[in-house]
Amino acid sequence: MSTMHFHLRLWKQKSGTDAGQFIEIDAKEIPSECSFLEMLDIVNNRMTREGKEPVAFESDCREGICGTCNMVINGVPQGPGRGAACQVYMRKFENGQTITVEPFRVGAFPIVKDLVVNRSAYDRIIRSGGFISEHTGGAPDASTTLIPKPVADAAMDAAACIGCGACAAACPNSSPMLFVGAKVTHLGILPQGQAERKSRARNMVRTMQEEGFGNCSNYYACEAVCPANVPASVIAMLNREYIRGELSEAVGAID
Amino acid sequence: MILDAKIPEGPIEKKWTSFKNNAKLISPANKRKFKVIVVGTGLAGSSASATLAELGYQVEAFCFHDSPRRAHSIAAQGGINAAKNYQNDGDSVWRLFYDTVKGGDFRSREANVYRLAEVSGTIIDQCVSQGVPFAREYGGELANRSFGGAQVSRTFYAKGQTGQQLLLGAYSALSAQIGLGRVMMHENSEMLDLVIVDGHAKGIVARNLITGEITTHAADTVLLCTGGYSNIYYLSTNARGSNVTATWRAYKRGAAFANPCYTQIHPTCIPVAGDYQSKLTLMSESLRNDGRVWVPKAKGDKRAPQEVPEEERDYYLERKYPSYGNLAPRDIASRSAKEVCDEGRGVGPSGLGVYLDFSGAIKRLGEKTIRERYGNLFEMYQNITGENAYERPMRIYPAVHYTMGGLWVDYNLMSNLPGLHVLGEANFSDHGANRLGASALMQGLSDGYFVIPNTLGEYLSTQFGKKVSTDLPEFKKTEAEVRAQIEKILAVKGNVPVDEFHRLLGLIIWDQCGMARSETGLRKAIEDVRALRERFWKEVAVPGTGAELNQSLERAGRVADFLEFGELMCLDALIREESCGGHFRVEHQTPEGEALRHDDKFAEVYAWMFRGENTDPDLVREPLHYEAVHLATRSYK
Repeated sequence: MSTMHFHLRLWKQKSGTDAGQFIEIDAKEIPSECSFLEMLDIVNNRMTREGKEPVAFESDCREGICGTCNMVINGVPQGPGRGAACQVYMRKFENGQTITVEPFRVGAFPIVKDLVVNRSAYDRIIRSGGFISEHTGGAPDASTTLIPKPVADAAMDAAACIGCGACAAACPNSSPMLFVGAKVTHLGILPQGQAERKSRARNMVRTMQEEGFGNCSNYYACEAVCPANVPASVIAMLNREYIRGELSEAVGAID
Repeated sequence: MILDAKIPEGPIEKKWTSFKNNAKLISPANKRKFKVIVVGTGLAGSSASATLAELGYQVEAFCFHDSPRRAHSIAAQGGINAAKNYQNDGDSVWRLFYDTVKGGDFRSREANVYRLAEVSGTIIDQCVSQGVPFAREYGGELANRSFGGAQVSRTFYAKGQTGQQLLLGAYSALSAQIGLGRVMMHENSEMLDLVIVDGHAKGIVARNLITGEITTHAADTVLLCTGGYSNIYYLSTNARGSNVTATWRAYKRGAAFANPCYTQIHPTCIPVAGDYQSKLTLMSESLRNDGRVWVPKAKGDKRAPQEVPEEERDYYLERKYPSYGNLAPRDIASRSAKEVCDEGRGVGPSGLGVYLDFSGAIKRLGEKTIRERYGNLFEMYQNITGENAYERPMRIYPAVHYTMGGLWVDYNLMSNLPGLHVLGEANFSDHGANRLGASALMQGLSDGYFVIPNTLGEYLSTQFGKKVSTDLPEFKKTEAEVRAQIEKILAVKGNVPVDEFHRLLGLIIWDQCGMARSETGLRKAIEDVRALRERFWKEVAVPGTGAELNQSLERAGRVADFLEFGELMCLDALIREESCGGHFRVEHQTPEGEALRHDDKFAEVYAWMFRGENTDPDLVREPLHYEAVHLATRSYK
């Protein structure tokens, strides 16, 4: 098996209150078939053998679906190519290349340590409306409501969001509207989601703003980096849904 | 000691109804007085937390991830079974029940499996009403596909991301309850011990993974929904964080561990490429609907797959199991792949691989249809291997995927430790010695949405006026022991990274307690695990302190538990002198090389009880009585 060499610049930061800096590491003899995170594992284990503290980074499923991993590789959230950072393979890089790895830079995602950030703001947005209120046991038979295939497919495309935070990290405004729009679209186009449609968009956008995220100004950087291929059209849908939600409240309509 | 499964009286199809008719209820006013701790927020944990909170219980949920949405249930690809018979192809609750018992090689508890099949349909109803975007036909009806071990199409799916959509459904229900203040959610919190008060499970000790803070939590009952232990093999399809710690520490506090040797090796995974590898990636079993499995007939045939003419290919699953063909159950498909590779007919650089070929399906259905059905899987395959599976067959090899063993539970999902309930993959009850595809999601959600809300009252109705607080000495003592264990790990100050021990442990277990097991191999494995454990406590390197985010420390704690658990797993495999499902003892096979069960001796659950460090555990047997199905040799021919 062939090996490769890389020059790494890795972000080190003891905690959210300490200052951070890049450390420079020569990563020698990296198997060319390994993934980016496996390369970091190798580097971390070498540091550990030398008695140094490894660089903290998050990952779990390592197949691009759990959304745990998050880092910026050479300026691109979740790294080059489609998919999450765990799906980046070293064969995408040149031998000898310098690779810079840093955390997501989003005010609403405070840095915890090294490459680890706190993305709990996304959970709080979901808690404010990203669901259909229904209780276990009360559901009618699943075949009662027919849902045309194109609608089900479009809902699935939006629901594919993995909640990783790359959209906000890529956006100059730190806007998570691809994430919020994905959920509002998923639930808003299904018949089951109609009852709370207006309040859902209203409450989720309000929470998003309270958390300190910005708004969309059509850079489309989010769509370019999204590991789950969520289309930017969900933001257009979100804008429409949000306006309806706000208007509805402003005029005192029953929603 | 006798383990009483508390199976309700009556014919099998009436047991669950009669249980519910007679179950102890907790009134709404009393529900809010009871606190329930739920550990783990995958399918089982999220669905249980949300449902119990809706009912009015006070719920505190814990997960070691940064969000409940990260749990490994999210990675399940293919689907979820339900006996809806929407296809009019002859499915029924009975058939799903029978397929599951048979698929499990007659080593599961009949009553539990029947209940699972019985509630399977309502799970689909529940998920659809949450907005789970299951695949649909053009007319708007729900679509189904078939899966291994069944001759009907009863699997519901959402592209190749069914687990993700079901988990996000349960997560949204949980999120709604958190938003309403009915569930207190503790993210980044790893359960490190179970607190026992007067013989009852009454709380946990948890460590905050960000701050290192160690806290104790008291409740009226504890639900463990902490998943399986596949990662004992180091390389598995499980997420890196999946571990045995919660169930293992519960075992060391008195909970019986049942059938630990029952592990599932999934036949369709991307083959191992090298030592650096951190995990294996599954290619959904649904691919076997359209892909055909083959190897060259000749040994050492190094030609590219396209150059091997049709008549020189061995479609060995179709040859050996004509009626199920490529959809033979997982254990059988895996073992067959191992056999052909052991014969020297494996493909790929390592020779440990077989082809999964879509050329026929592409010709028949067109590339567009195949892309629609499996597009994301083909993409994932190309990303990892650099090969295009539309043009050449995939290379696949079995990998560890799921563990059927787990903490022993009765019909109410309560362990032998009163107050401790165990749900989902963490318990042992429904899959016997082999799980059928698309049944894990079904079980996790069945336990969480529909079983535990009905069975919890059996225990809680005995607990009025028995509240405990974390001020009790039992909490202080357990907390001190957790702290001591962390200090002990930090004090080793060796220079070998945790991953290295984990990898070595994985090799031992894979070689001796993987797809084929033997008495000599298992005895050696036990020795090797002991030696590796000793080395771990002398040489492991864990930089940093316990009072901060310290990923080496987290992993070291989990690997330390795996190093103990591995011994129990091999012991269980050694004592079970038969082959059944995923447990294949080479000494016990038919002349054709199929698993040979010994029902006269082993139609039993083996539940192990901890008796102290460096002491052999006690073995307690629960006999399995088959009243509804007739014990038979499995045949998929």
